[in-house]
Amino acid sequence: MVTKILSAHGAGGQLSTQLLQEVILPAFDNEILHELHDGAKVGRLAMTTDSYVVRPIFFRGGDIGKLSVCGTVNDLAVTGAVPKWLSVGMILEEGFEIAALKKIVASMAAAAREAGVKIVTGDTKVVGRGQADGIFINTAGVGELIGGVDISARNVRAGMKVLLSGTIGDHAAAILAGRHGLELPDEIQSDCAPLNELIAEMLTVEPRIAMLRDATRGGVAAVLNEIARAASVGILIDDEKIPVRPEVRGVCDILGFDALELANEGKIVAIVPSESAEKILSTMRQNVHGTNAAVIGEVVANSAGKVGLRTSIGTVRVVEMPAGELVPRIC
Amino acid sequence: MADTLRLVKKISRLAQGKRPLRFMEVCGTHTVAIFRSGIRQILPDNISLVSGPGCPVCVTDDSYIDKAIAYARRKNFIVATFGDMLKVPGSRSSLAQAQADGADIRVIYSPLDSIAIAEKNPRKRIIFLAVGFETTAPTAAATVIAARRSGVKNLFMLSAQKLVPPALKALLNDAAVHVDGFLLPGHVAVVIGAKAFNFLADDFQIPSAIGGFEADEILSALVSLLEQIDGGQVEVVNDYRAVVTDTGNVAAQKVLSQVYAVTDAPWRGMGTIADSGLKMRDEFADFDIERVEPIEIPSVKKKSACRCGDVLRGVISPTDCPLFGGACKPLHAVGPCMVSVEGVCAAWFKYGGNNFRW
Repeated sequence: MVTKILSAHGAGGQLSTQLLQEVILPAFDNEILHELHDGAKVGRLAMTTDSYVVRPIFFRGGDIGKLSVCGTVNDLAVTGAVPKWLSVGMILEEGFEIAALKKIVASMAAAAREAGVKIVTGDTKVVGRGQADGIFINTAGVGELIGGVDISARNVRAGMKVLLSGTIGDHAAAILAGRHGLELPDEIQSDCAPLNELIAEMLTVEPRIAMLRDATRGGVAAVLNEIARAASVGILIDDEKIPVRPEVRGVCDILGFDALELANEGKIVAIVPSESAEKILSTMRQNVHGTNAAVIGEVVANSAGKVGLRTSIGTVRVVEMPAGELVPRIC
Repeated sequence: MADTLRLVKKISRLAQGKRPLRFMEVCGTHTVAIFRSGIRQILPDNISLVSGPGCPVCVTDDSYIDKAIAYARRKNFIVATFGDMLKVPGSRSSLAQAQADGADIRVIYSPLDSIAIAEKNPRKRIIFLAVGFETTAPTAAATVIAARRSGVKNLFMLSAQKLVPPALKALLNDAAVHVDGFLLPGHVAVVIGAKAFNFLADDFQIPSAIGGFEADEILSALVSLLEQIDGGQVEVVNDYRAVVTDTGNVAAQKVLSQVYAVTDAPWRGMGTIADSGLKMRDEFADFDIERVEPIEIPSVKKKSACRCGDVLRGVISPTDCPLFGGACKPLHAVGPCMVSVEGVCAAWFKYGGNNFRW
C-alpha cells in the first residue's frame, strides 16, 4: 500500500486519478466538481486553477511564466468559455534572482496580452532557501461561458470525429532537451501557447463541438482515455494520422517514451460532429496554433471506456491510460 | 503497407504445414515494438513470439536493488539512475519508496548527466546505477573516463552490466527452454557486431536474424528465420544492415574494455552465468563504490509466487503467472518485468489487451 506521496502522483496518470478519487473528491465532492473537466462551470462563468512547477524554469519556446498564463487560459477555453481574468500567486525561494523574476513576469504579461486576459489580483510569498525550487506559480482564471455551447462528455456520440490541433510531444521534448542537453534542432520548441482564439474560431463554425481538452500531462493517451470513460464510448485513432515531428519520435525511441503519452502545452483534442469535421479542420489550419491539425480518429459505439489505435500494419491495439511518471515536473 | 502485406504473405506461405514454432525476441525494445505495431495479431497460428531476457532492469538481481537502496539511504549520498529502476522491488523495498522517505535519488537519461550532478554537489558521493547491456555499458565507461579526465572524485558506479551472448548460450543449454530461432537485438548488434552471434549457428545450429525495430523490419527478420527453418542454411542473418556491421562499433568496444573486464554475473531467474557480466578494472577501482565503500547486505530469500524468472527465459508467458494482472500490475508491481517500460509483463499488460472492438 502506498502511504506517502510519490512523484508519480503528480503525473496525470493512474496514480493522479487514484489520489483524486480516494483523497480529494471525498472531501470536496459536489455536482460542479463532479464534472472533472479542466474548468468548472458556475452559472454563466467558468473557473479554473493550476499550479506550475516546471523545471527548468526557462526552456525552449517558453518559461514558467508563459506556461502559467497559457495553461490556465487553455483550461478555461476548453470549458467553452472566453477567458477574462486571472489571479497569480507566486512562491519564491529566498535567493532567487530578481532579474529572472522580471523576465518571468514580462512573459506572463506578453502571454496575457496575446490571450486577451487581464491579471487582476495576486500574491507573493517567500520561503527559505531549499524550501522551494526557485519559483512556483499558481494561477486561477475566470471566463464567460459562450452561449449555445455545451462542452461535455454527455454530448459525445458514436460516429463523431476526433481532431488534434497539431504535432504532439513538442513540449515534453523541449523540456527534456533543456534538462539533459539533448541535441535537438531549433524547431523543436515547447508548443506552449494560448489557444482561446483557435477554440473560439472552432466554436464559431460549429457550436455543437461535444468535447474539448488540452492534452497536457499524460498526453493525448490520457485525455482520450478520460473522454472514453466519461462518455462511455470507444475511441479509435489511426497511428499514421497522428502528427509527430520526426525529432520527437527520435527522442521517444532513445528514451523509451510513447509520443501519445507525452505532455503538450498548446494542443487540443476535439470531439466533433462528423458532418462538420472538415469545416472545423480547415478553420483550425488557418490559425497559427492549428496549422498541423488533423482528424486522427472517430468515436465508436463498442469498446466503451477504451481507446484503440490502428497500427501501421493495420492491426488494432488498446491505448492504455498512462500508468505514472514519464517526465517529472513537466508543467 | 504494400511491403507489410508482401511480408505477411511470405510468412504465411513459409509457415504453412510446419509444426508450431517459437521464436524468441531477445530485446525488450523489440517486445514493445512488436506489441505497439500489433504484429502478433497478423502472424499465423503456428508461430508464436516469446520474449527473452532483454530488459536490463528485469534481469537485475534483487540483491543489487537492495544494495542501491542501502547506499541511497546513507547520509551524503546521491543515487543517479535511469527512471526504470525506481519502482523495481528489491527484497524489501524500492528506490521510489526510499525516495519518498527522503533519500536523494535523481532520474537521469544519460550516465554522463551524473558528472554534472557530481560537480554541483562536491561534498556528496554520487552513485550511478550502471545497469544495462552492451548498448549502454560503453556510455557508462565513457562517463568514468570523462570523470577521471576532469578530476571528478565523488562519482562512483554500482555496476551490474550484462552481456547478451552468454545469456543466449545459457538459454540454449537450459532443458526447460524451447526456442526455434532468435530475433536478435539490433541495438546490441550495433555495438558488438553480427559476428559476435555466430556461435548460434556454429555451435547450436539455431536460426537467428538481427532485426530493426520498425514493423516491416521485424517482419523481414521473421521471414529470415522461417527461410532458415524451411531448408535454408542456418546462419546469423543481418536484417539490420543499415546500422549493424560484422564487427560492430570498434570505438565503443575499446572504451568498454578499457574500463570493464568480463566476469560471472547473477541474472534474475537464470542464476549465475559465466562471463556474462562486467566489472570495473583495477585501474578504475576508485570509481567502483563497492570497493571504495563496501556494503554488506544480508541476503534475503523473498517468498513470492512471482514467476519473472520463468517469463525472462521464455518458459512461460506473462499471462501464465498467477499474479499477472491481479496482484501484479504496473501500479503495484510484484516483479521487475511489470515495472520497466521494456519489461515483458508490463508490455503484455499495457498492449496485450487485444480486445478493442469497433
